[in-house]
Amino acid sequence: MNTTPLKMVVIVAEPVLESRLVTELRELGAKGFSIVEGRGEGSRHAHATDLPGSNVRIETIVRDDVADRIMEHVSQHYFANYSFIAYVTDVAVARGAKYV
Amino acid sequence: MNEILRVNLLSPIALAFVLGVIARVIRSEFSLPKEIYQGLSIYLLWSLGLHGGVELAHAAFSEIVRPAGVTLLIGCITPISAYLTLRYLGRFGEADSAGIAAHYGSVSAVTFIAASTFVKGMGAEPEGFMPTLLTLLESPGIHIALAIGVVRSGQKSRPTSELLHEVLTGRTMVLLVGGLIVGFLIGDKNWKVIEPFYDTKGAIFRGALCIFMLEMGLLAGARLGDLKKVGPFLLAFGIIMPLVHGALGAWLGSVAGLSVGGATMLGAMAASASYIAAPPAVRMTLPDANPTYYLTLALAITFPFNVLVGIPIYYKIAQMAHGVA
Repeated sequence: MNTTPLKMVVIVAEPVLESRLVTELRELGAKGFSIVEGRGEGSRHAHATDLPGSNVRIETIVRDDVADRIMEHVSQHYFANYSFIAYVTDVAVARGAKYV
Repeated sequence: MNEILRVNLLSPIALAFVLGVIARVIRSEFSLPKEIYQGLSIYLLWSLGLHGGVELAHAAFSEIVRPAGVTLLIGCITPISAYLTLRYLGRFGEADSAGIAAHYGSVSAVTFIAASTFVKGMGAEPEGFMPTLLTLLESPGIHIALAIGVVRSGQKSRPTSELLHEVLTGRTMVLLVGGLIVGFLIGDKNWKVIEPFYDTKGAIFRGALCIFMLEMGLLAGARLGDLKKVGPFLLAFGIIMPLVHGALGAWLGSVAGLSVGGATMLGAMAASASYIAAPPAVRMTLPDANPTYYLTLALAITFPFNVLVGIPIYYKIAQMAHGVA
């Protein structure tokens, strides 16, 4: 099967950030995303789980340059003050045109 | 005074709260499913709005003007007094001071409901338009405190419109304001049909409140461990600030012509710290304010203080302001 190499950006963040992040991902060039709620703890345990609600995990499959822009953007705006994880992985997708 | 305190402490609402705290302290597996907690809070707020709207339809505009003015005044005073106390007496940073002040400027709807149940139990029927005052007090405090925080800490603010939207379209506001309007419009005949279910003096409402208080106890109990982290100044702040604001509210309410019951409720509103509307707004707007401070203060100190001890004190102050005690 023919697949296209792309990037998947995964963000795990506090629930209050969800709607803002979704808007920003669209603006930065993401064509779509999936969101799941989850539980977990990290280095800032006390911060992250203080507010009611579950953390959200947002996944979006994008072109390399969009992935770069997203990582740049979130590291500037969120890392300092929020419980926030962001990483990029290589993916191979079917129907690559859907994502670019 | 002792008698009033005793009656309050032995009320089902107070004891349900205490049981919730104990359940958490002994690490019981008991917890209220999230959906039930949310369902109950919708029921309580919606009943409050509806019943308030029906009563509002009976009130003359002239009766409301002065209490409404005083309520807005309180909404402007409480965030500023809380901010100044924290910043200059407690020497906290800009963001923490403003973030905590936003919680004290806004209202805890559950404290309002507890106060309403208390005064009605004491036979001091409050004015029917009290929920209207609650909606007036909900938003200015948060905005004033956040504005102070944003300006003084030089942070990049998010657009005011976004913040306004968040606070004004929250669950509390939609159910309360919507309920007030619906209650106002339906008229007595329609109200009679649904009254047994929504009557805020009725058995169903009070019973639901008891279950809700169990969960409030669990929430507060979960934060007891954080009391150590907040330090003696904030512990004292969480009790003294509500006393000051509560006394101010009960006195100003009396001066503005509210009955003893109404003035007590205004006192409880002024004294309370929001923990539903304020935390997400503060988290988004002042992200470097420490959530452990404001959540522990609002939930584990000020809320229990008001429900167990504060409301009877504001009642006493309102009685004194009316010259009946």
